[in-house]
Amino acid sequence: MKNILYQKQWNWKISGVALGITFLLAVLLIKPIGVSTQFVILDGIIWNSFSSELVIKDPAAVKGYSSQNAYLNKNGGKYARSVANPLNYSFIFVLAMVAGGLLAISLQSKETGNENRVAPKIWFDNFGRSSITRYVAVFGGGVLVIFGARLAGGCTSGHMMSGMMQTSLSGYLFAIAAFALAVPTAIFTFKKRR
Amino acid sequence: MEIILAIFLGLLFGFVLQKTGAANPQKIINMLRLKDLHLMKAIFFGIGLSSLLLFVLLGLGIAESGNLNVKTAYIGVIIGGGLLGIGWAVSGFCPGTAVVAAGAKRKDALFFILGGLVGAFIYMLMYSSIESTFLFDKIGGGKATLALTGIDNYPTLIPSIPAVFVAGTIGALFMFIAWKLPEKTT
Repeated sequence: MKNILYQKQWNWKISGVALGITFLLAVLLIKPIGVSTQFVILDGIIWNSFSSELVIKDPAAVKGYSSQNAYLNKNGGKYARSVANPLNYSFIFVLAMVAGGLLAISLQSKETGNENRVAPKIWFDNFGRSSITRYVAVFGGGVLVIFGARLAGGCTSGHMMSGMMQTSLSGYLFAIAAFALAVPTAIFTFKKRR
Repeated sequence: MEIILAIFLGLLFGFVLQKTGAANPQKIINMLRLKDLHLMKAIFFGIGLSSLLLFVLLGLGIAESGNLNVKTAYIGVIIGGGLLGIGWAVSGFCPGTAVVAAGAKRKDALFFILGGLVGAFIYMLMYSSIESTFLFDKIGGGKATLALTGIDNYPTLIPSIPAVFVAGTIGALFMFIAWKLPEKTT
């Protein structure tokens, strides 16, 4: 057991079982795992701190809150309510994921202390040593990924893993579309020019 | 209680994503280049196992169908999934793995998260102008599932076969694929 907690990376079988159990546990205990919505909620929290009229208490709304922003206002003000109450399940869940990542590397054996944390090796092999290039590309990637996830109504966690676990049509469609574009993009982008 | 669950499950999920290598962009990019299928094997196995167990537990009445949350299928799922795929391949991150990687002190993950906040903001501003377009035209009756969930407003695409067989067959197939895929290709 100790060994598993300290390993830098699990083999595919342990990884698969651990992923499966985690997604199952979440749906048994409360609800399916999802992440990308919380980017909207954090935006809302930031926006709301500049303009206090963004989200207001509204007894007429199904969820008790409404917003001048159509997206926050949809589903009876569901997102508006989360923006007004950041200490809700889904938002805390994502914050705890950050701590989970930190915990995992803190437990890991020290052999790889000085690993590069700016870009993966394959990035340097293709695009050189500049950190700026990597940061700009990753920023752009982030814009596309979350915009795409919001248009799709979920991301790799919510649609692909949780969705296919429940045999949702939307999960399979999402997974096929994501891989259909991701595979050629990755092959084309990382041709190892150097 | 909910908050305690959020902390426990979030910690667990973050820990697992880091240990599987999913929060390492090198592993994601090499999976998508079809060179290192370690993660693909893990994902197939994880989905297959959880799907099989979920429908067994639902069938036994141990799992509550009220906890399920099936998302609607519509045109935007496919287009959004494709856009996500492009950004995923270039950066090596998806929303969950970037959050975990930031916790694991990766600097590039912070720039991904900043970009993600901008992407979400653009979507929030655009939503009112796209909400009544074809992008939200439903596919397959909306919140459709292949296996019967027992929830009234979820249409089932394979209603005549018991759910545990449908989900079990798909789950077993996914685990079989996981087993058979090569770990590394050359």
